[in-house]
Amino acid sequence: MSAVSRGHGHTLVEKILARASGKESVVPGEIVEGRVDLAMMHEQGAQTVQPFHEMGATRVWDPDRVVIAIDHWVPASTEGAAVLHRILRKFADEVGLPHFYDVGNHGICHQILAENGWVVPGDLAVGTDSHTNMLGAMGAVAAGIGPTEMAAVLALGRLWLKVPTTLRINVRGTLGPGVTAKDLVLRALGEVKTTGATYKAVEWTGPTIARLSMPERLTICNMTTEMGAKCGMVAPDSTTQEYLAGIAKHPMHPVSADADAPYERTVEINVDGMPPMVACPYSPDNVRPLPDVAREHVRIHQAFLGSCTNARIEDLREGAAVLKGHRVHPGVRFIVSPASTAIYRQCLSEGLVDLYTEAGAVFTNSSCSACFGGNMGIIAPDEVCASSSNRNFPGRMGPKEGRIYLMSPAATAAAAVRGEIADPREYA
Amino acid sequence: MREIIEGRVWTLGRDVDTDQIISGKYLTIIDPNVLRTKVLEIGLPEFASQSKPGDILVADQNFGSGSSREHAPQALRAAGVGAIVADSFARIFFRNSINLGIPTIEAPGVRAIFNRFDTARIEIRRGTITNMRTGKSVSFPPLPQHLIDLLEAGGLVEKVRRELANGAAPRGPASP
Repeated sequence: MSAVSRGHGHTLVEKILARASGKESVVPGEIVEGRVDLAMMHEQGAQTVQPFHEMGATRVWDPDRVVIAIDHWVPASTEGAAVLHRILRKFADEVGLPHFYDVGNHGICHQILAENGWVVPGDLAVGTDSHTNMLGAMGAVAAGIGPTEMAAVLALGRLWLKVPTTLRINVRGTLGPGVTAKDLVLRALGEVKTTGATYKAVEWTGPTIARLSMPERLTICNMTTEMGAKCGMVAPDSTTQEYLAGIAKHPMHPVSADADAPYERTVEINVDGMPPMVACPYSPDNVRPLPDVAREHVRIHQAFLGSCTNARIEDLREGAAVLKGHRVHPGVRFIVSPASTAIYRQCLSEGLVDLYTEAGAVFTNSSCSACFGGNMGIIAPDEVCASSSNRNFPGRMGPKEGRIYLMSPAATAAAAVRGEIADPREYA
Repeated sequence: MREIIEGRVWTLGRDVDTDQIISGKYLTIIDPNVLRTKVLEIGLPEFASQSKPGDILVADQNFGSGSSREHAPQALRAAGVGAIVADSFARIFFRNSINLGIPTIEAPGVRAIFNRFDTARIEIRRGTITNMRTGKSVSFPPLPQHLIDLLEAGGLVEKVRRELANGAAPRGPASP
């Protein structure tokens, strides 16, 4: 850890917010009006409609910069959810919002943004979900906001932001076999803790980050939310450009931090020799080496491979590689929920749906699924879930006593096979 | 917004996340008057039935962490909370709460000077919170002017309504 004094350079978030606010440069603490490049709503957007009308707004500032992607209850599992969807569909028709990812073309909102190129380097993006941070992997500032604030964004195309200081997480070393980007972000959470980046930007840097694929970058930026961060980001490079080639929905304005950028703090992590990690109940920062937890024979009742953090095709292949040749342990429900319909179809064509279901897993349509405890995959009060998702707060998967252990897709599959928390490297 | 806010105190610990304020199973409810009956069901179960309008929440660090759900401050506003004070807030909760016009004040050290049902007196512009039973107080940095403006308008809806009525034009991205 080191404190750096203010030089002339600027961090990535400062440069992006300078552009968004039409200024030459900005400094931390400054309040700016940022023009929004992309606004995303999921079901919570239903609560945007009333304030939008109460504000006296009649049109949306730029319908081609607004995406609606329903994901929490898809298809609607309750009357209440059906009403939320109905409100959104009527609003989209009324004000003319064409980019609506509805049932059949649906996916987890953040994944929809990523795989369709809706957020590109240099963007200021906001969404009505806290894990909007994930899109910072594109070299953008992407932050979660509430639905009333979204109403103001739809009406005005801008919002106020306090320019944050930046916490840098600098990563060196090579992830070993069976050790993943999820293990890296859990390790970082163990050090930064759930309040360590509150109000701050997190910027991932270093040779290990430069080698990460875009799906891996999405995973590590996703869980900067659990650090309290306003946004989490990776500077754009050739990996970003290749991922977005042919799918970017609008022009890019890539920027990087200056060499003398003033970071409030730098956390150094060396992943050489790092084991898989697990976040134990009831906080994402209650992180321990997975082999230590495995030695305690923590029996599980449910395993969940899903969520915006880890349900991309690479994650489902990772889980399948562990599961192949094994069966889901008797007494374990293994729920697999791809992050988008496109990933669902990819799983079908690669034979992964067969592999999972033949092994005894349930393979669901794309949605947030068991992650948030409001739709399906609820656990009983005295049950334990091994999960590739992002939160293990009391009540997150239903009852406040339920215990959730957060881990990689490989470790989730290993737990499903063993019936208790298990080291995925034993299934390589 | 009132300059001086006084009310009966409910205390809360640290890391009271939005799941503890409004559980995920209630997220399809959008009527604030229904939400208020579920508020703090996990974090402080007796609050929903026993709180009175004007009561003040005093929490430890990281109040409102987790999801972006505005149901959480909506439910607290419907319950009539006079203010929410904490050693620190999670950022989205803080914005949501201020946007709804709830006086939301970050005052490091505040939790330690209160017990349940003490009376708190908050002087917004002076930047002090006093325990009227013990006389102890903590100070907090004055809210930035744009947040004062937001609270004085009664929240973001009214502020934007005035802006639009005064001819504010929507603006597209900073450059194409």
